[in-house]
Amino acid sequence: MANSKYPTSPHLQIYRLPLTALLSIVHRITGVILACGCLLLVWLLAAAAESAESYQLLFNHLDSWYGQIFLLGFVFSLYLHFCNGVRHLFWDVGYGFELETVDLTAKLVIAVAAILTIATWVVAGVA
Amino acid sequence: MSELRSPLSKVKGLGSAKDGTGHFWHQRLTSLLLIPLVLWVGFSLAALPVDHATLVGWIQQPWVSVALVLLVIIVFYHAQLGLQVIIEDYISAHSKRTATLLLTNLACLLLGTIGVISVLKISFGA
Repeated sequence: MANSKYPTSPHLQIYRLPLTALLSIVHRITGVILACGCLLLVWLLAAAAESAESYQLLFNHLDSWYGQIFLLGFVFSLYLHFCNGVRHLFWDVGYGFELETVDLTAKLVIAVAAILTIATWVVAGVA
Repeated sequence: MSELRSPLSKVKGLGSAKDGTGHFWHQRLTSLLLIPLVLWVGFSLAALPVDHATLVGWIQQPWVSVALVLLVIIVFYHAQLGLQVIIEDYISAHSKRTATLLLTNLACLLLGTIGVISVLKISFGA
């Protein structure tokens, strides 16, 4: 390459995505996960409307080890999408575009999502 | 003649995409509305004792019913708008794209309706 100092377009398989780019695709992925997971919200409401037995059946699955893993993934996806969505809303009104700010808010999004997820389990444990 | 666009076309503001900013704007509006609703429902469900009677009693409170119906409608509208963007970005074949969009929209509509009816059934005394 004669002009190797020129930037090349990122080769996705070997290029380590910056955190902001990673969060961008994660935002889409969690969006799809949440859309599928909302099936569960509707299932829960429908089962509760149907009968105590239907509800108990679903609840037993959610209370099992695989149900808890699923819920943990769902709730963390929810809060990641939630926090990054708030970050997008700030961008929409023109704030937070500086490189340092973008990096900082990316880390903040992950930290707050983790805190909200843990807080959910703490609240559930205390109640 | 310096202007090729008709006055009507300018007022409609749709351009060649045949679609205005409605999609973008609704995505933002629904996400704003979902901020309080998601925090409320997430932590309420976590704090609630897990038996059927308690859950039903909670849903039957008028304001909880109202908020849950709003949540279900806004969640599935927001999901439909988001999934539409992803499908339009990644599925380029016109027929496949249209079919996927139709199925996704139908699924969102169906799930949203089931959700709303379930809340109403509980609310009016299932």
